[in-house]
Amino acid sequence: MTCDEAEILLHALLDDELDAGHVREVEAHIATCQRCAAELNAYRDMRSAMATSDLHFTAPPQLRQRIEVAFPKAHTPNRRAVLKGFAMGSVLSALAATGLVVVVLRHEDEQRILSEVVSAHLRALQAGHLTDVLSTDQHTVKPWFNGRLDVAPPVVDLTAQGFTLIGGRLDHVNGRTIGAIVYRRRTHVINLFVAQTTNAESRMAKIETVQGFNIRHWSERGLTYWAVSDLNADELADFGSKVELAAGAS
Amino acid sequence: MPGLWKPGSRASAGKGKSMPAHRADDDGERTRRFRDAALPCLDDVYTLARYLLRDADAAEDAVQECYLRALKHFDSYRGPAIKPWLFAILRNICHAEFARRMNSPTAIAEIAEAESQEAAPLWHEAQASPEAELLRRRDATTIQRLVSALAEPFREILVLREMQNLSYREISDIVGAPIGTVMSRLARARAMLRTAWMAEEEPHK
Repeated sequence: MTCDEAEILLHALLDDELDAGHVREVEAHIATCQRCAAELNAYRDMRSAMATSDLHFTAPPQLRQRIEVAFPKAHTPNRRAVLKGFAMGSVLSALAATGLVVVVLRHEDEQRILSEVVSAHLRALQAGHLTDVLSTDQHTVKPWFNGRLDVAPPVVDLTAQGFTLIGGRLDHVNGRTIGAIVYRRRTHVINLFVAQTTNAESRMAKIETVQGFNIRHWSERGLTYWAVSDLNADELADFGSKVELAAGAS
Repeated sequence: MPGLWKPGSRASAGKGKSMPAHRADDDGERTRRFRDAALPCLDDVYTLARYLLRDADAAEDAVQECYLRALKHFDSYRGPAIKPWLFAILRNICHAEFARRMNSPTAIAEIAEAESQEAAPLWHEAQASPEAELLRRRDATTIQRLVSALAEPFREILVLREMQNLSYREISDIVGAPIGTVMSRLARARAMLRTAWMAEEEPHK
C-alpha cells in the first residue's frame, strides 16, 4: 500500500468502516511508515477532541412550538368515518364466514405488537431508562433475568463484531413483561426484545419499518425476538443474524 | 474502490417493507406516528441546518419546512432510519436556499474555492515534523467556528460523520455521491480542519 492510498484509508480505519482485509493492509503500512502513523495519531486526537466537545446546537423552544402548531389537529370521528366503520364490520363478518378473518386478525395483531415494540424502544430512549442492569459482561446480564422472567433470554457477547452490550431491562409489550437486552452500534441503540411464544414454530427473520425504526423479528426454539433500532436495515439484519447464530450455538 | 466496505453496510437491497397502508389511518393517527418518530431528531436536524446555512434564523425556517414536507410525504417513506431521511429532505431545502442566494458574490467565490480545494493534492502543506505535532484542545465554540468556515461539501460531510455519526453508506445516500467520493471528501475535510485548527493557535503563542 502506498502513502497516497493510506492517506484516504486511514480515515476509514478511524471510522471503523474497513473490512478486515483492508484493516490489516492499512495497519501493515502504518507499522512501516512513520509519517502515516503520525497522521493517523493526529486525526485520532482531533476526532477525540471533537467527540468530547459539545458541537451540537439545541433547537430553540419556539421552533419546536412552531412545528407542533403546524401539524394538523388530531382527527375527530365524523359521520363518514362511523359509516365506514359499519361497512368494515360487515366486511369482517363476511370474511368470518370464510375463515379468512383469522389470517387478517393475526396480521393486525402482528402490526400492533410491532408498533408496541417500537413504543417500548422510544420510551426507553426518551425516559432515559435504558437499562435496569448496566453491564458489558454477558455473564452479569444473563443471570440478572433469573427470577424476573418466565424465560431465560440468551445474552450473547457481540463486541468483537462491533455491537457493544450495554445491559438489560424489563419491559412491557402486549400486556406482558418481557426482557430487553440493550446493545450499541456507534451511537445507535439496539433494543433486543425477547418473549416466549405460544407455539414452538420457528419463523424466518423479517425486517420491517415502523415509524422510521427498523425491526428485525424472528422466532426460534419457543422464543420470539424483535431487534429494534434506528440503525440502517442492513446493519440491523447483520446484528440479527449474529444473535441467531450465537444463540443457536449456546 | 470496490470491495472496501463491510458486507453489512452495503446496498439497500432486501430492505424491509413498511407497514401496509391498508389500514386507512386517519390524519390524527398518522401525525401522531410522525411526531413520535421525527420530533426526537429535532436537535440533530437543527444542528445540521445551522452548519449548512450558518445562520440561526434561516436554519429555523429550513427545519420547519423540513418537518412539514416530511409529514406530507410520511406515507411514501419506507425507511431506512428516519434521521437520514429527514437529513436528505433538509439538505434539499438548504440547497434551494443556496440557489436563491446564488447571485451573491460570496456564494460564487465559495463555489470556486471549493472546486479548487477538491482538486488540490491532499498534502500540499506537509508539516515539517508531523510526529511532533500536537493538537491543542479548543473550546466547543472555536471548533464550531472552524467547522463552519469550511467550504460547503467538506463542512457537510464532516458534520454528518463527526456530529451525526452516520455511516459512509448513509452519508453517501444523503449527499448522492459514491462512497469513494465520500471517503476522499472526508479525508480532505479533516485535513482542512486540522490546518485551520493548527493555524488558530498561532496568535496565542
